Amino acid sequence: MSVFFGHRAHLVRMAALFGVGITGFFVLQALFVPKDFGVYGHYRAGALDENRARPIAFAGRAACVECHSDVPDAARGGRHEAIRCEACHGPLAGHAEDPTEKKAVRPDPRVVCARCHAANVARPAWLSQVDPADHSGGEACTTCHAAHNPLVPAPAGKPGLAPAAAAQPEATPKGETK
Amino acid sequence: MNQDRRDFLARSGKLLLLTGAAQLALESVLRGEPEAAPNYKTTDHWWGMIVDVERCIGCGNCVRACKEENDVPREPYYFRTWVERYHVPALDIERPEVDSPNGGYDGFPERYRSGDGSKNFFVPKLCNQCAHSPCVQVCPVGATFESPDGVVLVDKTYCLGCRYCVQACPYGCRFIDPRTETVDKCSLCYHRITKGLTTACCETCPTDARVLADLKNPKDPVHEFLRTHKVQVLKPQMATGSKTYYNGLDGSVR
Amino acid sequence: MESILHGVEGYMYPNEMELQWSVLIVLYPYITGLVAGAFILASLERVFRVESVKPTYRLALLTALAFLLVAPLPLQLHLGHPERSLEMYLTPHTESAMAMFGFVYLWYLMAVLVLEIWLDYRKDIVRLARTATGPLRHVYRLMTLGSYDVSEEALRLDDRAGYVITLVGIPSAFLLHGYVGFIFGSVKANPWWSTPLMPIVFLFSAIVSGIATVMLLYMAVTRLRGREIDMRCVDTIARYLFYAFIIDFSLEMLDLIHRVYEADESFHTLDFMVRTRLYFPHIVLQIVLGTLLPLGLLALTQLVKLTEGARRGTYAAAGLLTLVGIFAMRWNVVIGGQLFSKSFLGYTTYKMEFATREGLLPAILLMILPFVILWVLVKLLPPWTDESPEVEPTA
Repeated sequence: MSVFFGHRAHLVRMAALFGVGITGFFVLQALFVPKDFGVYGHYRAGALDENRARPIAFAGRAACVECHSDVPDAARGGRHEAIRCEACHGPLAGHAEDPTEKKAVRPDPRVVCARCHAANVARPAWLSQVDPADHSGGEACTTCHAAHNPLVPAPAGKPGLAPAAAAQPEATPKGETK
Repeated sequence: MNQDRRDFLARSGKLLLLTGAAQLALESVLRGEPEAAPNYKTTDHWWGMIVDVERCIGCGNCVRACKEENDVPREPYYFRTWVERYHVPALDIERPEVDSPNGGYDGFPERYRSGDGSKNFFVPKLCNQCAHSPCVQVCPVGATFESPDGVVLVDKTYCLGCRYCVQACPYGCRFIDPRTETVDKCSLCYHRITKGLTTACCETCPTDARVLADLKNPKDPVHEFLRTHKVQVLKPQMATGSKTYYNGLDGSVR
Repeated sequence: MESILHGVEGYMYPNEMELQWSVLIVLYPYITGLVAGAFILASLERVFRVESVKPTYRLALLTALAFLLVAPLPLQLHLGHPERSLEMYLTPHTESAMAMFGFVYLWYLMAVLVLEIWLDYRKDIVRLARTATGPLRHVYRLMTLGSYDVSEEALRLDDRAGYVITLVGIPSAFLLHGYVGFIFGSVKANPWWSTPLMPIVFLFSAIVSGIATVMLLYMAVTRLRGREIDMRCVDTIARYLFYAFIIDFSLEMLDLIHRVYEADESFHTLDFMVRTRLYFPHIVLQIVLGTLLPLGLLALTQLVKLTEGARRGTYAAAGLLTLVGIFAMRWNVVIGGQLFSKSFLGYTTYKMEFATREGLLPAILLMILPFVILWVLVKLLPPWTDESPEVEPTA
């Protein structure tokens, strides 16, 4: 070594060591960087698929209506017409997939209705609000209100399934009608 | 055959046909298959959201639905979305009282009286899906990114858990999932919107205070809405390119 | 965990209530700051030919190395997935200041510090490779890289190379610690951090802490060895400490005055935080005890003629206070930046635990570790040439 590099030999050795290190770094990169990295941007393209691969909990109204086609009829023209099923009934994708195995549980009106309609200073004026204890004295809301068409009285024994009522203006901010 | 039986047969026939087809689609959706709906092209979409503060009634449906749909830890420190209640005293827009008990998950117990001259309202919060996201900018390894269709997502198998992105988000929408020790945040229900469904929060909102918007779709009502309403984004001075547009946003909102 | 809810005052975004960065992230800039500062002191002799500090040259380099080796450890303990940290080398996101950590660290460790130490010590390494016994002999032989050339020409080349490396090393040291300041300073979401002054303030406080560390170490180690402290050396170091401190203090005051004067939307919340939750670490520890008092002590030594003993005592006190003050500064930046809400409407508290992965115990152990490593390095590569006389027992 000293023949070629003279007194610089030790510096050359050190430089060679660095060279080995840097080469090793590129080898590591080639080996370990995921193959789909950088396809769309500075990330693994596979992450897009992974983010899509989640089970669904809320089926959406279209799925419910396939079997429960009577509900939209009952709700038509009423104040709850635009509300989607699972807003009150909770996630039912499992039930939609297998109605007999995974039964849906009817929600307790005293809990569900109060979530929106319990009076609160921060709620806008166009929303119908009551103090549940005052208003119904503890009775279930569906004793008087058809759940899917609330300004229509509920027929005895079938809280949700009121016949289609005369159209009423939908409650919206500033009293606009939709 | 009497009318009733005919009706019954017609209805059952329709039901069978629809059910068969829908069943197949639903099954694919429910299995959580990674592929998007067969004709979903990321370049056809640019996702955002409209939040209409005037319609929010603070029912908390969105918070509960999101935690259910996305398996978010139920403790009160981890939220992909939450609802804030504002109480703005009569003469002090700069010092509102804000609360968000468990993010609004259990609703808002009443604590204010009407008639004191104050302004009270609810504001839903979520990841703003920024087009120039500071969280994407600071990630050292590329574990968070903006998808080609405009959704800021997290790569959970790549995230180091360094928490720099949590510090960089001006809106406080990111958190560390204690079960995976990686970051988590609202993904705009990417697994749903790529299959033609809407987000869980929009699905369960009873007043359409939250509406998913596809800014690249010329038929999406968002365009007309933006044209006819006065909208804002949160913290516009940060120039994050937020794609969550708030209608009726009061100046006191943080 | 429930206690976090109790520690919240006002309104915090729900995800903000728990702090993200713990005491370990306070430790990291503190340690890299010591590295940068110690190296700057060493470069005073090498590049700026300040001969009087020569007795501390090798000690400063070894100190820098010992702390640099420990620097990644608090980060690894903090990460949710330390096993994935190689990703920072494999797919660094160049838009992120933090991605540069791996490369700046590696550059500084290998191309600056290790190279410079090797070049400066080569003559001794070769000698020890020939004379040492036992397993250590193999260590030295490895370090020679197989070359035993210690001729005048070779050593002259070493000196030249060392000079160039130190020259490159100064901006590298600035980069090593400056980028940490930039990591905080570039976060627009956080008004306590977001300022262009942040990298510069970090750098100057690093220089101050590094110089103080080497000064204290030199005095302590020399005493332990029973040798006489070179007062000309220590006086010079203390003078540079004083100058650096004045600059550091001015920068911090500039930041403070600017904030108070402009009083932007974040001001009232930050002001309240400093007066309440940060009062002890910021006002008492950082400003009064950690800056004003040591500055006063150092000014005293510059203005009044003190005896050697009095000077040594003053320098030691000033040095220790400085180290406490600079630690407090890191604490106030990192922890302080997370105590207030980005809604500017509330505050939370930092619950530092003791024997957990990110608790006080690992932090203490990580601060002790560099001294252990330094002890090993000093045994392996003795910095002194035994020139200073032994201290008489009665002195």
